[in-house]
Amino acid sequence: MSKHLDYLDHLEAQAIYILREVAGQFERPALLFSGGKDSITLVKLAEKAFRPGKFPFPLVHVDTGHNFPEVLAYRDRLAAQLGEQLIVRKVEDTIKRQGLKDGTGKYPSRNALQTYTLLETIEEFEFDACIGGARRDEEKARAKERIFSIRDEFGGWDPKRQRPELWDIYNGAIRKGENVRVFPISNWTELDVWNYIRRENIELPEIYFSHSRDCVVTPTGQLLAITEHIRLDPEDETTVRDVRFRTVGDATCTAAVESPAITIDDIISEIISTKVSERGATRLDDRLSEAAMEDRKKNGYF
Amino acid sequence: MQILKFITAGSVDDGKSTLIGRLLYDSKAVSHDILHTLERQSKNKQGNEIDLSLLTDGLRAEREQGITIDVAYKYFNTPRRKFIIADAPGHVQYTRNMVTGASNADLAIILIDARQGVVEQTHRHSLVAALMGIPHLAVAVNKMDLVGYDEQTFYRIAADYQKLVQSLRIPEVTFIPVSALAGDNIVDKSPNMPWYTGKTLLDHLETVEVSENNAAEEARFQVQYVIRPGTDELHDYRGYAGSLRSGHLAVGDKIRVLPVDIVSTVKAIEYNQQEVLEAGPLQPIVLHLEDDIDISRGDTFVKIGETAPATTQDIELDLCWMSERALQTGDRYLLRHNSTTVKAIVREIYHRTDVHTFEQHPTDTLKLNDIARVRLRTSKPLVFDAYQHNRNTGGLILINENTFDTVAAGMLLPVHPEEAPAAEFAI
Repeated sequence: MSKHLDYLDHLEAQAIYILREVAGQFERPALLFSGGKDSITLVKLAEKAFRPGKFPFPLVHVDTGHNFPEVLAYRDRLAAQLGEQLIVRKVEDTIKRQGLKDGTGKYPSRNALQTYTLLETIEEFEFDACIGGARRDEEKARAKERIFSIRDEFGGWDPKRQRPELWDIYNGAIRKGENVRVFPISNWTELDVWNYIRRENIELPEIYFSHSRDCVVTPTGQLLAITEHIRLDPEDETTVRDVRFRTVGDATCTAAVESPAITIDDIISEIISTKVSERGATRLDDRLSEAAMEDRKKNGYF
Repeated sequence: MQILKFITAGSVDDGKSTLIGRLLYDSKAVSHDILHTLERQSKNKQGNEIDLSLLTDGLRAEREQGITIDVAYKYFNTPRRKFIIADAPGHVQYTRNMVTGASNADLAIILIDARQGVVEQTHRHSLVAALMGIPHLAVAVNKMDLVGYDEQTFYRIAADYQKLVQSLRIPEVTFIPVSALAGDNIVDKSPNMPWYTGKTLLDHLETVEVSENNAAEEARFQVQYVIRPGTDELHDYRGYAGSLRSGHLAVGDKIRVLPVDIVSTVKAIEYNQQEVLEAGPLQPIVLHLEDDIDISRGDTFVKIGETAPATTQDIELDLCWMSERALQTGDRYLLRHNSTTVKAIVREIYHRTDVHTFEQHPTDTLKLNDIARVRLRTSKPLVFDAYQHNRNTGGLILINENTFDTVAAGMLLPVHPEEAPAAEFAI
């Protein structure tokens, strides 16, 4: 690495290089946009990779129907500002079309169901590469993920059949029906993303910052926002707290953390001093079993 | 702050996972919830203390079989550096996985069990490190607690190792006596080995020089993508997006476009969506040329006046074969060299190198994990530098034409004999 580039420049350079490889190697790529900080970072990197040209791919949002309204508003605002194509496909519609069973229980998650919508969308538009904001530091199964990850026609990931990935030479050649998931910020950690957001002065949905919110306390002590999508029972402990979200996902399975952090600097100091991992703090879905993520990825999840 | 990418190489029982676990644990990169899961798992395995090796075990399939399937990446940072560890497992597939991890590494930690000393595996690990041109080697003599922290044992192993790598192209070796299990000389200096006055492993990782890991200074720019907005206000805009693989380019530089061999001048450089006067190694940039030339993805720009790269269809290289299906003379593959893809045919296999004895054997077929020297003919000229001179322009992969699987890593050799590595090196 050059002595001129510091570590954020280095990470940025790698990500831009990967995005340009996607543009060069694939006919119909897409950028999966969730409205979370990682995919927002990807959009920033895409601007750096392709401006003043247009993005060589649309933004695709798989809308679970359980999203926070602030995030949807942010999504539409960003797409308009960028002047780029935004494709939205709803889990709701997939449920109807395929006669799927919606999530049940107190906190019905559509995490598993969003895989169906994603695969439907890939088929509809014949996407050959889907760019996502997953990072290897998030979770054990992600740590084994390649930057170009080949999926079979069912979207499945086979950890034993991954291609060796050498230097920065990315092999995106695929057979008909297969597609590739591409992770340009694989080597970034949560803290790297925040430092980059600070450096680049990137605007985020307001729910990342401290705000007062009605929450329910889950049996494991986590705080879940009270929305129309969860069931409240009389014995539930509800509370009003100053919270923010460390990750932004489905409102029924993304917990809030108590925090007074109102600026990006506050958030960065909080992350540096915090002792709980990002997914551990906020994801109800990964707690189900030790291998929860591994199983979901094998079934086509991001 | 800089990034250091490193790999760890060791046999199954050398304590590799424990070493990585120790680095993560002692540098406080492990969060509470993960420690909690770890404690639970350690109890399942009937251990009393936290089993640090569990920190690097990833998938359920691996935990059940007690092996590691593939390269896993781990991250930690200290106030001085961000670290990326490529953890490759130590079983049969090892050569292939270590080559993969090593391709991006600035440094390799070679683990040696103090009770065993230099073993067969150490030869293989060192050969791969040399083959992949890793600039720094740190030999961690582990399990010093089990040899009574004996100074003589450490120095004997260091001497044996020096002898071993004499025939390899190994740049710089640092020896550190450690116990990953007990934490000696990993992060904190060991009170048990006052005779060792060098740096602890972490201290070494934090301070080893990484800025000159690519010795090449010649400008090499490869086009990844052509930006043509085609809008009314940017009607004539034509920018070549790509990275400087090495060297520097400035506005006004005379350049040559290869392999087409056309000369032009750099009119403008954009970096970070702004015009700049010059750009340096690995910066993602957009270049504009004075002349309107037909340039496409994969074309390489070099600076006139600097040493030219090789441009040829006949290439010699060292290969690490990574497929279950054997390679034979006459086989055809796709060859990807950075952003270029061409076809290639295997003309000749010179020899296979025994990874344990470093002896070279004639052969007409290559099997999984073999390392060999071959000659290929490509469908179009390749523009490259020798891998040992420029890691960013001298590496390539071979791809199976039917499955599109990546089947080999290739390290290109110099075209001109006078630049060839000195004969005394096995690699």
